[in-house]
Amino acid sequence: MSILVDQNTRLLVQGITGSQGRFHTEQMIQYGTKVVGGVTPGKAGEEVLGVPVFDTVKEAKEATNANASIIYVPPKFATDALFEAIDAELDLVVCITEGIPILDMARVKNYMRGKKTVLVGPNCPGLISPGKAKVGILPGYIHKEGHVGVISRSGTLTYEAVNQLSQRGIGQSTAVGIGGDPIRGLGFIDVLKRFEEDPDTYAVVMIGEIGGSGEEAAAEYIRDHMTKPVAAFISGQTAPKGKRMGHAGAIISGGKGTAAGKIEALTNCGVIVAPTPDRIGEALVEAIRRAGIYEKCLIQA
Amino acid sequence: MKIHEYQAKELLGAYGVNVPSGTVCKTPEEVYEATKAYEKCVIKAQIHSGGRGKGGGVKLASSPEEARGIAEKMIGMQLVTHQTGPEGKLVRKVLVTGAASYEKEFYLSVAADNENENLVIIASAAGGTEIEETAKLHPELIVKEPVSIFGGFRAYQGIGVAKKLGLTGTLQKEFIATLRGMIRLFIEKDCSLVEINPLVTTTDGHILALDAKVNFDDNALMRHPEIAELRDIDEEDPKEARASEFDLNYISLDGNIGCLVNGAGLAMATMDIIKKFGGSPANFLDVGGSATTERVTAAFEILLSDPNVKAIMVNIFGGIMKCDIIAEGVVTAAKKLGMTVPLVVRLEGTNVERGKEILKESGLAIIPAEDMADAARKAVEAAGGAK
Repeated sequence: MSILVDQNTRLLVQGITGSQGRFHTEQMIQYGTKVVGGVTPGKAGEEVLGVPVFDTVKEAKEATNANASIIYVPPKFATDALFEAIDAELDLVVCITEGIPILDMARVKNYMRGKKTVLVGPNCPGLISPGKAKVGILPGYIHKEGHVGVISRSGTLTYEAVNQLSQRGIGQSTAVGIGGDPIRGLGFIDVLKRFEEDPDTYAVVMIGEIGGSGEEAAAEYIRDHMTKPVAAFISGQTAPKGKRMGHAGAIISGGKGTAAGKIEALTNCGVIVAPTPDRIGEALVEAIRRAGIYEKCLIQA
Repeated sequence: MKIHEYQAKELLGAYGVNVPSGTVCKTPEEVYEATKAYEKCVIKAQIHSGGRGKGGGVKLASSPEEARGIAEKMIGMQLVTHQTGPEGKLVRKVLVTGAASYEKEFYLSVAADNENENLVIIASAAGGTEIEETAKLHPELIVKEPVSIFGGFRAYQGIGVAKKLGLTGTLQKEFIATLRGMIRLFIEKDCSLVEINPLVTTTDGHILALDAKVNFDDNALMRHPEIAELRDIDEEDPKEARASEFDLNYISLDGNIGCLVNGAGLAMATMDIIKKFGGSPANFLDVGGSATTERVTAAFEILLSDPNVKAIMVNIFGGIMKCDIIAEGVVTAAKKLGMTVPLVVRLEGTNVERGKEILKESGLAIIPAEDMADAARKAVEAAGGAK
């Protein structure tokens, strides 16, 4: 098993006719993802890589029985695309777009309350359940099918962590990039909860960074509700205060959101925190050894 | 994006907030002329930083002559505050306003509340001090009121906040109007912060914004060209301003190892690992996921223009971005610019073998690294060793 996406995911690509949308659609199809339709207003009837294009998400869903979508449209139109996917009552929407205004995301999140759609992102690399489906821009080949869940606020650090796991013969159940924006869809706790409930996930790697208090809240959640071992890494230990470090959400303001504070909270809650980014794999190995499940997590040859 | 106090006051004034009238001056003579209208006046340095008063950037004058004397010292000074760093910021212009006589000082701001995915009003009867200080010393003095992005601000909420600050009668009405204007500005112009500190009650019984700070969401500037025009490039680090032209995420730091990385998380982690090995990063730089040869070249130019940089560390995890393309960018840029400092390169990911070959075949004196730790160790050594 896995979380959020698998071989039953029937995916729509919003913005399929753009260069990014087209390129990543090809990559996702190559990986084995079931891309059933694309959406670009005004381009209904066209085909991209053999995938039919529709004007609206609703029409595409009716014609293809899609249950998820991925958004590759520019920030100016991404908010509309989000509302549209929510109104079409898809189960899952993954928003790759970087640069959506924060008040737009506040509007989207308020609108989503009480509705069925689950959002991943924005400003994220998407997610992958190795061997089953890739919904995003992650490099498929570094991932190996297995039993460790990965959650991260950063794209390239997700790749770094996954690569370190795969090199040690440890596969992944699902890797989820939750994105670098301050207001986003799924947070650490939402994903941790799904990993805890997933019988096929045995342990979790969590990658956080400066800004906000998601990691601190996750630490308490891990202590109180998780039976599975968790290893973590927090980037930005040397980041200056008051400066936005690339991600809109990565900023230490008013002395809050420091890496030191997050590392302390996680360590106090029993999480093994890697001291440097090259030792994320090692930290996970230590966590699963302590839990006595190291052998279980190895990829069976 | 940040703007100056005088610009923030103009905006707030347009949204119905009572702000003191003022004149922006660039020379002591202009200050002399502007102050003739006032019995007593305040001269305030216009730089993008808080804490100007403590650094000598806010002065009271009782005559135009005195004002001119103050301006002669203030315009052209390097004003140092707790936010500017030790080198301070050059004062290019000052704001002259009449000195108001007031009774009480308050703190009032509107900000995005990321946790609740809405807005929040933050108010305090401890005006004049920074809200972080109040939060530390007197958290009981801080009043918070959430505002729904859909429901908007309602009068009863204003009454509630005003009462907690002890404001009644006309003052309460003016306070609510102030708050309404701040929230309207926040939402209409996509602000990230609207702050008035201090907001005062004047001796003649009115609410007045003595200082103002308005920041904007960079992501929303595309729909507010009139706000984007308020940007003052003189206030920005020249290297950061140059980087923004190429959509590079760059932040100047005070170390000697230049960093070129893809991805914000990995870029931060690269700074961290350099520090762990006893080195010091000269910058944060995320070239993004679609780094073309032009962008890599621009990034190198910026790194090499920093005289403090003694070595450069390239750390790339090519996902969708292929390593051979990055390698070509690095080689092209290095040949074009002529590398004057050691260059350590760590490549991982898609087409990594081809990428490494390109670096080797280039004939450039590139120090290859096996992984991130190896790269950091070599970069620290190349920059003169651990401190």
